[in-house]
Amino acid sequence: MTSALLAVVLLPLLGAAINGLRSFASPKEKKNRTITNAVAIGATALSAIIATFGVVMPYIGHGTDTPFEHSYYTWIPAGMGQVTGGFLSSFDVDFAFRVDPLSCVMLMVVTWVGFLIHVYATGYMSHEEGYTRFFTYLNLFMFMMLLLILGANYMVLFVGWEGVGLCSYLLIGFYYDKNFAADAGKKAFIVNRIGDFGFLLGIFLIFNTFGSADFSKVFSLASAGGEAQYGGIATAICLLLFVGACGKSAQIPLYVWLPDAMAGPTPVSALIHAATMVTAGVYMVVRSNVLFRMSPTAMAVVAIVGALTAIFAATIGLAQNDIKKVLAYSTVSQLGYMFMAAGVGAYTAAIFHVMTHAFFKACLFLGAGSVIHGCGGEQDMRKMGGLRKYMPHTHRTMLIATIAISGVPFFAGFFSKDEILANAFHYSPLIWIIGAATAGLTAFYMFRLYFMTFHGSYRAARVEGHPESEPEHAGHNVISGMRHLDEGDQHSDKAHGHHVHAHDPHESPWSMTGVLWILAVLSVVGGYVGWPAIWGGSFPTPFQHWLEPVLLPIGGHEFHFAHMSHTAEWILMLLSVGIAGLGILLAYRFYKRDESWAVPTRLATRFAFVHRVLENKYYVDEFYNRFVVGGMLLLCRVLWWIDANIVDGLVNLVRHATVFVGGHGMSLFDKFVVDGAVNGVAWTAGRGSGALRRVQSGVVQNYALIMGGGIILLGVVYLFLKP
Amino acid sequence: MPILSIVLWLPIVAAVALAFFPRAADSAIKAFGLFASVVTFIMSLFIVTGFRTGAAGFQLVEMKAWIPQWGINYALGIDGISLWLVMLTTLLTPVVLLSSWNAIHKHPKEYVISFLIMEAAMIGVFVATDLILFYVFFELTLIPMYLVIGVWGGANRVYAAIKFFLFTIAGSLLMLFGIIYIGFQYQHATGVLSFAITDLYRVGVTPYAQTLLFFAFSLAFAIKVPLFPLHTWLPDAHVEAPTGGSIILAGVMLKMGTYGFLRLVLPYFPEASIRWSGLLIALSVIGIVYGALVAWVQPDMKKLVAYSSVSHLGFCVLGIFAMNQASIEGSILQMINHGLSTGALFLLVGVIYERRHTRLLADYGGIARTMPLYATLFIISVLSSVGLPGLNGFVGEFLILAGSFQTEPIAAVIAATGVILAAIYLLWLVQKVFFGPVTNEENRDIKPIAWNEVAAMVPLIILMVWIGVYPKTFLAPMGPSVRRLINIVKTEGNAPVLVADESAGEVARAPLGGAK
Repeated sequence: MTSALLAVVLLPLLGAAINGLRSFASPKEKKNRTITNAVAIGATALSAIIATFGVVMPYIGHGTDTPFEHSYYTWIPAGMGQVTGGFLSSFDVDFAFRVDPLSCVMLMVVTWVGFLIHVYATGYMSHEEGYTRFFTYLNLFMFMMLLLILGANYMVLFVGWEGVGLCSYLLIGFYYDKNFAADAGKKAFIVNRIGDFGFLLGIFLIFNTFGSADFSKVFSLASAGGEAQYGGIATAICLLLFVGACGKSAQIPLYVWLPDAMAGPTPVSALIHAATMVTAGVYMVVRSNVLFRMSPTAMAVVAIVGALTAIFAATIGLAQNDIKKVLAYSTVSQLGYMFMAAGVGAYTAAIFHVMTHAFFKACLFLGAGSVIHGCGGEQDMRKMGGLRKYMPHTHRTMLIATIAISGVPFFAGFFSKDEILANAFHYSPLIWIIGAATAGLTAFYMFRLYFMTFHGSYRAARVEGHPESEPEHAGHNVISGMRHLDEGDQHSDKAHGHHVHAHDPHESPWSMTGVLWILAVLSVVGGYVGWPAIWGGSFPTPFQHWLEPVLLPIGGHEFHFAHMSHTAEWILMLLSVGIAGLGILLAYRFYKRDESWAVPTRLATRFAFVHRVLENKYYVDEFYNRFVVGGMLLLCRVLWWIDANIVDGLVNLVRHATVFVGGHGMSLFDKFVVDGAVNGVAWTAGRGSGALRRVQSGVVQNYALIMGGGIILLGVVYLFLKP
Repeated sequence: MPILSIVLWLPIVAAVALAFFPRAADSAIKAFGLFASVVTFIMSLFIVTGFRTGAAGFQLVEMKAWIPQWGINYALGIDGISLWLVMLTTLLTPVVLLSSWNAIHKHPKEYVISFLIMEAAMIGVFVATDLILFYVFFELTLIPMYLVIGVWGGANRVYAAIKFFLFTIAGSLLMLFGIIYIGFQYQHATGVLSFAITDLYRVGVTPYAQTLLFFAFSLAFAIKVPLFPLHTWLPDAHVEAPTGGSIILAGVMLKMGTYGFLRLVLPYFPEASIRWSGLLIALSVIGIVYGALVAWVQPDMKKLVAYSSVSHLGFCVLGIFAMNQASIEGSILQMINHGLSTGALFLLVGVIYERRHTRLLADYGGIARTMPLYATLFIISVLSSVGLPGLNGFVGEFLILAGSFQTEPIAAVIAATGVILAAIYLLWLVQKVFFGPVTNEENRDIKPIAWNEVAAMVPLIILMVWIGVYPKTFLAPMGPSVRRLINIVKTEGNAPVLVADESAGEVARAPLGGAK
């Protein structure tokens, strides 16, 4: 199993290495695409298969109560024996993997969803110029993501953590010659780095507290010591870790990079910015649940930040017209939901939602990609409409995923969402209200998206040239699609956002719709592992039971799943379903029954201010740009001025002063010693170097400066330190 | 086999041989220089193979009397602190000669000779175990570098060369007084005059003298590093220096300062080092943040990288004065890392400068499309410099920060912001140069990166990955030497210092505890 585990991780790296070298060799030929496909998909497929049958199955057969860990080698060895406090003996960080129920769930989601999206991308990216480069990055991402979820200590996790950030940077900026894409990539990396700063400090603090960063060691110590011993420090550690999670998983205040990340090709948005990477923060918090549970403060912070992000992003989602933007804010909102779950103590529900969300959000993003693909690169929903006629598969699968995310019973999203809401109510009714309201908003904007895209009539022609159809979000509606409408459009410019719709929208190839169907099925059945007790399921649910070994006892107190009376659960469930239904109904009234969208238009004019604020995402980006970035740049310029005029100016001042005082005395020394040296040098450099003659003229003052400066300094030191 | 002497003298022998080459034999001169430096590198591998990892003290020692009446010896040796710095020197010299194959048209002979002499002098600094010998080599490095900047530099080269020369010599003169003082102090205590570095570890000086000496030495090394606010010579020198000069200057010469702190300042003045560590830590932390912020707004690529050096070297000094095993090991590793990543960055900036004769960010944009391989190499070097896990920079920064966090938590937290800032200014550089549309027509058919430039980059990239993935190779030999150094500082720094007794003719301070 140790070698199988290594193969799972290294295969994608191997794929990336091969394709990476090939991408320089001969990137343009057609048959190379087949090789690229074979390498990239082969690597991920093998990795997924080995993960299933070589890792997860044997692990289950072995019994899931204890984690399986293996250290491959000592990565960073450095004795720490000299600490003044003297409580740390060693500081070895191993390159080690860990398989436990939590990493199994993540492993299955990452490898299989990753594989599916690879397959989809062969269709979606088929006409792209950097085809091989794209799959190199994608495979590299898989490698890093696997490191992240399989690492047996915080350090290996951190390698994956920053590694996926790198891949995200490269893939968002895939169309690097478009400024908006390069900007978005950089923004993602830097905002993530801000989070990583907190994460890194958290790791230092873990080292200081537990003398190790190994999960097993840290958690067993924490579990044994309990709140009495680690309560205070746990708060600090958890808050720092959570800063990292906020960066990676796009929570307030670090969420701003994720909507911009939609500049990447759509498969990337699905894989990295919906299904896998952005959930890494949730994974990390659940992974550290032993630490978080010791700190009610940290838990409350997580819950509140999560809840606020959930509703905040959902409100922005209401007013967006770019199909990918809606999904991006929806992702931010759903991630907030997951943190809310973790914060209220429902760790299993958080991971459950990570899983179901991976299915339906991947399906939605890929469906959106299919729509964009079919509409020749259009992303503005106001120019879509009626697509169900043209794209039946995309339409049906997206409908299923939309129902799933809205929380309609018997679809995957319902089960995870319901579990979260029940736990939230148990924790605090206020959190429940926010969560339920978010669920309603989600149902509304998702069905708004669905109706605007697939119902009514095709509006591309109608809106063409309409001034409103040129929104200022330049760039975000010009993703890859333009390139690959069909062979005839090879010359169309990707940057030109408004393609002339010479053709009707068309359905995408099977490599894309097939993947959509698989994900659609998963969006339904994926939730049945968490069948609730009030519907005759077991308590705890199979999924909860599966993750139970991860929830270690603290100070002797076992973990208990929140338990409520059946009546209360029924009421909560009916309420949340009712709220979701209300959202769907409103969307139907606003965007389906009335084709002219009279109601929403009237609302937008009536509450113009609110609408404008929402449409502009609360002006948070503007605020950051003006005050944070602008302020820092101002500071930099001031410092630069100081550097040139004061720090360096002092040097020159000393020079002038010494020249004035003692320049004459030095000239003698200069004549014999320095000139002699310079002349010798001039001989070496040859006759032609007139430069060296010029050297001489400068020497007098400068030498004086130095001698004088040194003596002054010595004098100052002497005076200060004289006992 | 006196391997250290061989490695030390080979470049000099080659330089002498080169002097007899006809001036016109351009490629023969370059080929011979490259050959000699590659042979030196290969020979230096024997230092690694001959090095015993478990030992703390100097190894492969050589000793010949030089000026016996003054107790000055030609004494060489190597330990875990200097091992990789020597290797870095022998690696970067062929890299420089290879990468500047087509870049130098003016006096190629003198150019190659300068670099070979420089190489020998730098190796000498790291292997000398006699203080006077150390000082000779320390000063000797200045002359070829001064020439390299002054002769082969840019428009304002003379100003920069002089500034570089005087700035650095200023500090070292004070150090010379200090060296002589310590030597006499030793004679005072033992009756024998000696300048052997380890002999002098035993000298006890009064706290007052220790403080003065500490500042004299520290000033010399702080200028070299350079530590804020003594850094202003560095951007000027880098901007004017030819590519090869920048690579060596940043890659190796700056490390002579941090090396001096480790080799001399800490063990000679343990008490003062502990007392004043706060000041040096403060300056290095200021340097980290300040250098990074100023780097962000530089319009010139080389200046940007130069200021990033101020920031990165701040990490090294922080690690040294945090004074624990992890932070000092990290600091030594970071010296190597900085040599690799910043060396690579200067090399690559030179590549593009050769082709376009401008280093202004504003003149570029979209180069990734026209030079994809070049862009890839550049981005890998940037990621190494940013400290991306899996590459070398991360291991060094992590050890420094994790170590410092234990003894100097506030400094470590502030320094850690340098990790964010590095990403900001380096990705800004990448974006301005490589991404976006090609705005400048001159960048459209830029000549692709040449074979020799790629070849020069390959060893650097390999090492970036190697150190990032398996740093044990590099950390393991350091351990014992660093532990010994810390023992010297901690046990003696906290113990009452014994002053040389006027009457007694014996060593005033007992042999070092902890060291074998």
